[in-house]
Amino acid sequence: MSDTEIADIETVPVKRPTRWHIAVFLAPAFLVYTAVMILPLIETLRLSFFNIVEGQLAFVGFSNFQTLFGDPRLSADFWNALRNNVIFFIIHMAVQNPVGIAIAAMLSLPGLRFAAFYRSAIFVPTLLSFVIVGFIWKLILSPIWGIAPSLMDLVGLKWAFAPWLGKAETALIAVSLISVWQYVGIPMMLIYAALLNIPDEVLEAAECDGITGWSQFWKIKLPLILPSIGIVSVLTFVGNFNAFDLIYTVQGALAGPNGSTDILGTLLYRTFFGFQNQMGDRSMGATIAAVMFLIILAGVALYLFVIQRRMRRYQF
Amino acid sequence: MTRILKSILFATTVLAPAGFVATGASAQTATLTIESWRNDDLPIWQQKIIPAFEAKNPGIKVTFAPMAPTEYNSAVNAKLEAGTAGDLITCRPFDLSLAMFQKGQLASLNDLPGISNFSDVGKSAWSTDDGKTTFCVPMASVIHGFIYNKKAFTDVGVQIPKTEDEFFAVLEKFKKDGKYIPLAMGTKDQWEAATMGYYNIGPNYWKGEDGRKALIAGKEKLTDADWVDPYKTLAKWKPYLGDGFEAQTYPDSQNLFTLGRAAIYPAGSWEIAPFKAQADFEMGAFPPPVKKAGDTCYISDHNDIGIGLNAKGKNLEAAKKFLSWVASPEFADLYANAAPGFFSLNSTPVKMTDTLAQEFVSWRQNCKPTIRPSAAIVGRGQPNLDLEMWRVSANVINGTQTPEQAAAETQKGLDSWYKPAK
Repeated sequence: MSDTEIADIETVPVKRPTRWHIAVFLAPAFLVYTAVMILPLIETLRLSFFNIVEGQLAFVGFSNFQTLFGDPRLSADFWNALRNNVIFFIIHMAVQNPVGIAIAAMLSLPGLRFAAFYRSAIFVPTLLSFVIVGFIWKLILSPIWGIAPSLMDLVGLKWAFAPWLGKAETALIAVSLISVWQYVGIPMMLIYAALLNIPDEVLEAAECDGITGWSQFWKIKLPLILPSIGIVSVLTFVGNFNAFDLIYTVQGALAGPNGSTDILGTLLYRTFFGFQNQMGDRSMGATIAAVMFLIILAGVALYLFVIQRRMRRYQF
Repeated sequence: MTRILKSILFATTVLAPAGFVATGASAQTATLTIESWRNDDLPIWQQKIIPAFEAKNPGIKVTFAPMAPTEYNSAVNAKLEAGTAGDLITCRPFDLSLAMFQKGQLASLNDLPGISNFSDVGKSAWSTDDGKTTFCVPMASVIHGFIYNKKAFTDVGVQIPKTEDEFFAVLEKFKKDGKYIPLAMGTKDQWEAATMGYYNIGPNYWKGEDGRKALIAGKEKLTDADWVDPYKTLAKWKPYLGDGFEAQTYPDSQNLFTLGRAAIYPAGSWEIAPFKAQADFEMGAFPPPVKKAGDTCYISDHNDIGIGLNAKGKNLEAAKKFLSWVASPEFADLYANAAPGFFSLNSTPVKMTDTLAQEFVSWRQNCKPTIRPSAAIVGRGQPNLDLEMWRVSANVINGTQTPEQAAAETQKGLDSWYKPAK
């Protein structure tokens, strides 16, 4: 950025040569991004307006969307998935982000021993493949082979153990908490970086005014890391409404029991690719994908245009 | 890093197929690819079946390419539509393969040498509704029943149950004894609840083919007593399943049984070979118990697997040669003994050496066979009846749905698209 500005000033009197290098340097990224992101996105949105009519793919307008929201079975599936997805998101916002902030706050305390070790240990699950995470937790929680029942027995809590992944009331919470466990490292890292960015002078000035400990966190640090919390929330939102992998590995494509862990991603998978004797329906799958895209777009737009504009930033 | 990745991607996607084409053209052999969902059978095909064929037919190479069972149907459909499917397509029974034939993806096999080796019943799962055209060579059927641990039965001192009351008495005795889990089944994967539960014990209630045909004809409904009662019996299984059965998966159940921790395993005959390899105790089998002693017994003897010809395949002649070999008694003998539990549909009787498989097949003499009710005709629409039955059967065993609710839900789904022929 600054380089080109300098170049600008120098070349102002001379006739400006064609700056073809900008296009050349942008081209690879632009082409790859277009090929693997933009085109498929446009193609998916386009497909959601088409369906197979008498064996031929034909433009059908909004009729796919009409079916999705009008057909009693499909719409029930869709609203169930959306509701589960919202719960999935709420659990992440209520557990993952506060815990991430708390851990970051503790790690940034001066004089904490083994801080680097804790930081990496908490971040490692984020780097693991979701297949490994899903499989490990499935085994830990297994009532037959798992270590959860025997560990809870050791502390006299055997009565509290239940086959959480197999019960409709608890399965979604259990899967959400597994996902929280895996991804808690991301808010922790981002908030930790934000906390380290707070200048010492500000904190020293606060201490001179007698603001220490908890009230220092609430009154000084938290307002200063609010923009990072906003970013974390948006990342969580996008990640949760695109989620699929963990549910698929832990609960299978049917997202059982009785559809209680079915989120938009798994519904999309079953509809688009089919499952066992249910045939894949590309058009309806694309329609669900389009609705997911709109939901995420709306959420991100809400953040960008409403929340982020009102957020106060502090310059040091 | 990404550049290396990109070049790898480029090499594997663009260059590799080119290499294949080159080698394919230079050697004058036809390579046949079999699409299948039987990934458990990969060693059987690679070590026994394919070498036997290739020894007789030099110049034809066969590759067995299985994939995950639940993904098979959609994947193979996508491949057929894109024209990248293998020459030979393993056929699911009834409606799924029929749809492929109607779309022109599977070729008619009426004039295939050897297709006459099968009876109409054997071919029924892969023929058009009028029975005139057959589009897959029948390979095998599977029989449902219960496999039990003989050692556990002598330990606790119980006999093979013949009636339902005896069955629950046996389960009760195992539960009291406490050494064995009475029934090894879980509901997490859902399909076992229907396939090993509802489809297994159900035929005794809806009287096999009579009930199944009446359902198709619209004379019976899933909410009739004959169709609700099996759910009621299933609901009674709950106390005899292992701790935390709600989170018990299919492999969990298999392991519980083969490790000797469970007494009875609601089974399909396809379990025989893997169980034989795992378990170090004697196993026996019994058919689903009847309600009262002396009742006619019905068993689910389901045409499960066939093999068809990709109509747009590249090596039609070689593929037909392979298919007529599959239709021969030689293949029937090879397959039935290599994969005990997959019973040949060939008219020529096959001698099986496996005692457990013989036990299963012996039920055919006294019991009337039927197929799974959701497979033919009523399995064609949306919502898919088979998947619905998986879900409600699991719900009934979990106790989250009453048998009546379960039946009403499946009937409602069926009513939404199925109009029985008048």
